[in-house]
Amino acid sequence: MVEIPTFDVLIVGGGLAGLRAAIAAVSTDPTTSVALVSKVYPMRSHTVSAEGGCAAVLREPDSFDNHAFDTIKGSDYLADQDAVEVFVREAPLEVVQLEHWGCPWSREPDGRISVRPFGGMTTWRTCFAADKSGFHMLHTIFQTSLKYEQIQRYDEFFVTSLIAEDGRCEGVIGFDIRTGEVQSIAAKSVILATGGNGRSFAFTTNGSICTGDGMALAYRAGIPLKDMEFVQFHPTGMPSTGILITEAVRGEGGYLINAEGDRFCASYVPNKMELGPRDIISRAMVTEFEAGRGFKGPYGDYMHLDVRHLGQEVIDRKLPFMRELGLEYMGIDIVVDPIPVRPVEHYMMGGVDADISGATQLPGLYAAGECANVGLNGANRLGSNSLPECLVFGAAAGRAAARYAQSAKAPTANPIAELVRDEERRIAQTYLERPTGYDRVGEIREDLQKAMDQHVGVFRTREGLQEMAAELPRLRERLARAQIDDHSRTFNTELVQALELEFMLDGAETIVHSALAREESRGSHARRDFPDRNDVRYLAHTMAYHRPGEPPRLEYRPVVITDWQPQARTY
Amino acid sequence: MPQTITLSVTRFDPDRDSEPHPQSYEVPFQEDWVVLDALNWVKAHVDGSVNYRWSCRMGICGSCGMNVNGRPKLGCSAFLRDYLPGPIVVEPMANFPVVRDLVVDISSFMDKLKWVKPWIIREETAVGPGEHRQTPAQIDQYRQFSMCINCMLCYSACPVIPIEPEFVGPAAIALARRYELDSRDRAGQERLRTLTGSDAIWDCSFVGECSAVCPKGVDPAKAIQQTKFESTLGMLLPWGGR
Repeated sequence: MVEIPTFDVLIVGGGLAGLRAAIAAVSTDPTTSVALVSKVYPMRSHTVSAEGGCAAVLREPDSFDNHAFDTIKGSDYLADQDAVEVFVREAPLEVVQLEHWGCPWSREPDGRISVRPFGGMTTWRTCFAADKSGFHMLHTIFQTSLKYEQIQRYDEFFVTSLIAEDGRCEGVIGFDIRTGEVQSIAAKSVILATGGNGRSFAFTTNGSICTGDGMALAYRAGIPLKDMEFVQFHPTGMPSTGILITEAVRGEGGYLINAEGDRFCASYVPNKMELGPRDIISRAMVTEFEAGRGFKGPYGDYMHLDVRHLGQEVIDRKLPFMRELGLEYMGIDIVVDPIPVRPVEHYMMGGVDADISGATQLPGLYAAGECANVGLNGANRLGSNSLPECLVFGAAAGRAAARYAQSAKAPTANPIAELVRDEERRIAQTYLERPTGYDRVGEIREDLQKAMDQHVGVFRTREGLQEMAAELPRLRERLARAQIDDHSRTFNTELVQALELEFMLDGAETIVHSALAREESRGSHARRDFPDRNDVRYLAHTMAYHRPGEPPRLEYRPVVITDWQPQARTY
Repeated sequence: MPQTITLSVTRFDPDRDSEPHPQSYEVPFQEDWVVLDALNWVKAHVDGSVNYRWSCRMGICGSCGMNVNGRPKLGCSAFLRDYLPGPIVVEPMANFPVVRDLVVDISSFMDKLKWVKPWIIREETAVGPGEHRQTPAQIDQYRQFSMCINCMLCYSACPVIPIEPEFVGPAAIALARRYELDSRDRAGQERLRTLTGSDAIWDCSFVGECSAVCPKGVDPAKAIQQTKFESTLGMLLPWGGR
């Protein structure tokens, strides 16, 4: 029998949260063995595309209370306030830790880390590395991780299921994409850090790898997905491709201007103007479009984001990547041209239900980063809170998983071998050995994405959500009868895409049904048929539990409130 | 404007093929499409068995390096309109073993990257007291070398790699240089010794193709020259170039 590799801690996902967890695990106990499993090379992870920055209270006059209140108000009071309090206290330490590891944070003339304004934040607290913050943070932490011999990487290994036996998580099953060989990796504890499911939408800032794998893995293992109806639409995506134009453009003083030449934010968030939170600005843009005040283009309506008044020196120093992207992908120079933008799917507030140490309801299973929901972001995440979220809760999960592993018994091999055989058979029979079929995987995926854009966008209605809910089983049926062109075992990305589409459909199912059930408007979830927030019924987290072949079972859990009572959310 | 353009894509499946071979696809021509869009269209609608890597489609994740009409390019920044009237020949990057179709094996780079110790070498201190100071001018010292996205275009363009496969190569040396120039680093001779040993800077014949193909404006050739200069200085001055 082939020996099964076994680790203390296994991390699925090599982005910022996963890498931070890996280093935290070995720092907690240097004898910890860590497997870092990713379907891509870690430096390809979607953290790389984060641009604007990383919020943390670094110095006076800012305070933990200020950051906490901004985050809670931004969340439309759906954040768990205990999680927020931990987050704001840990974030500055994490920013400094990354600095010590070499992150090239932009600096003040005296050498201290610079901060910039960001949406929904009442003061300047967003640290940044020009407008490639995520890129620099990811490469810094990945390169730093290379010095830890305890961390063994499984690059381009696609995880297809969790080993959840005897009431605990004991590892993962998946395949090395290069060989197609289905195998298991056993571990005393597993951390899911696989990011969001942005690719279930057509118009998204997310890279192709953001298919909600970890969310679906946990969901299928019986862990609820929490607050999945809350999907963030970023106000400023490139109209053609959805490439992100960072909020830092507005942080640095950019204007949003409609086709009548007005800074329309004055009508919606007069005290914050362009630095209102993302949910409100995105709704303002769509409302302006519907009133006929958008510019008309081949990809629909758009607004102008104007930084011409900042001048070339500021743009080249603080927004060089935006200038590069404009030149490359739109043929415009943002020094002299306004930037066309429209709202674009960007981030999922929802995720795997986890506590502030990352622990899920299944012993040995943890989650962190966008994949998780630790209660930080509620109904709307503030810009620049997700990078510190990955650091703070990635580190927390790494520490907790390492400590859990110290006392957990070793995984047992016999059932695992059987599970591997079952998974091998499932993948072969469902996809690799299927002789003929109908639609291609890519076509079914495109239809999912278009339908999600249409029915589960910035504004939602019962009719639209019901239509989407009815569409999902049809898409599943089509996937079950799809045409598979590639029957090879070697680097078969069609097989990976088919399995990813299964994950995306699971995630979409929780989004749609959670959205249907929440008959109110809160944060990013805006129901045209229920335009007001309803704290009596819905000051609670939606918990979606998997039921095979059926829509999820929904439960609600009260929000944790410590110091900040819900009030009207105006800016 | 043409209706379609021909994409000639290298196909190779080691389970079936003894040799790589080109396969042509007619794809719709769109003014704002890049080669990656065309490949994605083929995979979704014509032939699901074409394999390549990609993710961010915005020139930052470094996944989609490929040779386009013989030049190393990111698939996400090679616009169809720049290759009219076609055909566009899309091949895997040179100087790496081919795994499948356009997918190459970059594991040798991952080993080389680790070999140059691309991290701050310095005794770790508590985070409580705060950040190490670093002025904007000090960042400017290493900034361009920190822009490497590990896309491997420079390895594909390098004339030394095919002759000396063990050559640590442009990107890894640029990243080593990035840390050597970082005011927070205290490596002394530790990293430099690696770089001046065998398979490192002295293998470079200074053709400069690495810098010419870099999509992010990194100048690995300069990093190599600087390191050569500094190590020579180090031979003259026992405390090294710092």
